[in-house]
Amino acid sequence: MKSIIDLVYLVPLFPLIGFLINGLGRKSLSKSLSGSIGSAVVLASFIVSVLIFNETRVEGFTTATVNLFEFINVAGLAIPFAFQVDQLSALFLLIITGVGFLIHLYSTSYMHEEESHHFARYFAYLNLFVFSMLLLVLGANYLIMFIGWEGVGLCSYLLIGYWFKNTEYGNAARKAFVMNRIGDLGFLLGLFFIIQQFGSLTYTEIFPVAQSASTGIITVITLLLFVGATGKSAQIPLYTWLPDAMAGPTPVSALIHAATMVTAGIYMIARSNILYTLAPVSQTVVAVIGLATAILAATIAIKQNDIKKVLAYSTVSQLGYMFLGLGVGAYTGAVFHVMTHAFFKALLFLGAGSVIHAMHHEQDIRKMGGLAKKLPITHWTFLIGCIAIAGIPPFSGFFSKDEILIGAFAHNPVYYWIGLGGALMTAFYMFRLYAMTFRGSFRGTHEQEHHLHESPWQMTVPLMVLAFLAAVAGFIGIPELFAHDAHKLEHYLAPVFEASTQRAAAHAVSHTQEYILLGVSISLILIAIIYAWSRYSKKPETGEPEGFGKTLANKWYVDELYEAIISKPLNALGAFGNKFLEKSGIDGIVNGAGKSVQWSSRQLRLLQSGQVGTYVLWMVLGILLFFVLTIFF
Amino acid sequence: MPINFYIYLAIALFSIGVAGVLTRRNAIIIFMCVELMLNAVNLLLVAFSKMHYNAMAEMNPFASVGTDAQVFVFFIMVVAAAEVSVGLAIIVMMYRNIHSVDINFLNRLKH
Repeated sequence: MKSIIDLVYLVPLFPLIGFLINGLGRKSLSKSLSGSIGSAVVLASFIVSVLIFNETRVEGFTTATVNLFEFINVAGLAIPFAFQVDQLSALFLLIITGVGFLIHLYSTSYMHEEESHHFARYFAYLNLFVFSMLLLVLGANYLIMFIGWEGVGLCSYLLIGYWFKNTEYGNAARKAFVMNRIGDLGFLLGLFFIIQQFGSLTYTEIFPVAQSASTGIITVITLLLFVGATGKSAQIPLYTWLPDAMAGPTPVSALIHAATMVTAGIYMIARSNILYTLAPVSQTVVAVIGLATAILAATIAIKQNDIKKVLAYSTVSQLGYMFLGLGVGAYTGAVFHVMTHAFFKALLFLGAGSVIHAMHHEQDIRKMGGLAKKLPITHWTFLIGCIAIAGIPPFSGFFSKDEILIGAFAHNPVYYWIGLGGALMTAFYMFRLYAMTFRGSFRGTHEQEHHLHESPWQMTVPLMVLAFLAAVAGFIGIPELFAHDAHKLEHYLAPVFEASTQRAAAHAVSHTQEYILLGVSISLILIAIIYAWSRYSKKPETGEPEGFGKTLANKWYVDELYEAIISKPLNALGAFGNKFLEKSGIDGIVNGAGKSVQWSSRQLRLLQSGQVGTYVLWMVLGILLFFVLTIFF
Repeated sequence: MPINFYIYLAIALFSIGVAGVLTRRNAIIIFMCVELMLNAVNLLLVAFSKMHYNAMAEMNPFASVGTDAQVFVFFIMVVAAAEVSVGLAIIVMMYRNIHSVDINFLNRLKH
């Protein structure tokens, strides 16, 4: 039967075509044309994705694999180039292409000041990114995922360093690339272990037989894969690239560093959920790292003054929650949070972009304030985003975060209380950001104030759409507590996580308990919001922080720590190697070979005297030598 | 006459030739010494061929062993004659150019 599922290759194909057109024709395409092409191809992908999604919702849908061609077949290892369509990948397709399209649309206006060939280059990168991300989620085996995994890393590098004339931005791009590379190494090693253990990389061949492998090897595999996830999804210890990645254009931050690329790690673990369920040690590691990252990033975000940095650290923190969810076995909650986070974080970033646009590239919130009246649409949508991320019902963030936290409580109440602390900090710093940006009085220059303007429709429409989604998306995952059988997402994703849910012992949290926890968390969050709102509207921070705040503002000096314990020793080792191994060792041998040949040839040259008598003498001596050799040896 | 005497004579002639080539500076004398060496070899060839022929003839009077070496001597003589003509031509040209047949003046081959 021919169905839309067989056309799934169209989804990544459209952005690839867009990338080729924009990339190759960047010198000749006009701005409006390249912008339209860039957006239209993603819209086309979105439409196909919606059709596929509808297909996966029908009752009795089974995982479909679409084989395109044989990719690698060597030494008994067959890796087809195949796409797998199931509930998880269909959901991710929707998120990527949907949010991606809105961001493309937004970019056509936000990037309008660029020269036309840079404009086309930007859209080419953006399309290539969407293509890689789609490849990542669609792949039917770990190798296709790895191709997409590397592709998004590359695009991230290209887009962070989009304004490559600025050295600092170039450095941020390199940092992101190297950090990702460290993670990728772990991921790749994990793949080798999988091949060695299962002789295949195809999901449908690995997962059913995963139980047969020993727990030890599964733990090694999952931990190595998790190393990859910490790189891509910015977790301790590889998270420092993400805040620096704010060097890229703001829509890029929204697309890559909030909505899609950083969720690759979450997707990978959710996809491999059965492996993690079989390795409790790895699950604990994932949960603890996620929780630690959530808290650490939240504390840093409290004292940041760059509007994008605050959002960047909040992204790191939210990703930490998702990993907490994965670690405690709340896979649906984690994927749910990926989705809601994609909406509200893209919204917040695009809102921040709108603010930056209006402020003429001023990103310091200490120089903003009172923008609510000047930018009404941006203000309202941003407020919705803040409420959603803070977790106030009935906005989307509440449902997904609550699901993760309840899952954590069922697993270990300590996780819950620490996670709740992080959620309070989230509410606090988001409303600090909101109050300092939109409330109070304007603190910038007069010229900036004079030029304040609401953004054009290409920017406000995506904001409004995302605000709507951020507000209502939570209703697809209403917990059992409020209505029976209303968690549509859990029902939808159940086949993907079936094997894991069967194995995991159900920790039921009684309804009374859950009500109490909800009450406590919502009231605490409200207090944090009201405190932050009132404090920073009236008396915004203007000076440099001191004391402990300075440590937070300097990100716990983690970058400096890495510099001291990793970069410096490595540089010293490199300098040592350069001086002793390279210069005197290898160079010595190479140059010595050349010099000795030169020297000996200079000596040999003396033999050519031009005297016939000498030549004859040598000839005779040579003949005598042969004579002696033949006779006596 | 034992073969030894022929060998001693040939060695003597050859050594004189070598010594002459190495020590003399006059191109014509060097040339003559080269001829001396060639003829030492010719002498040996003839002597050995005769020796072998005698040894074989005792067993089989109709054998023709050893005659080929004597033919070879004629080849050498022809080659030597050709060599002489070329060599002398070179020496004549050399004399015309530098008015000398001293090989120590002939070091321009180096350049």
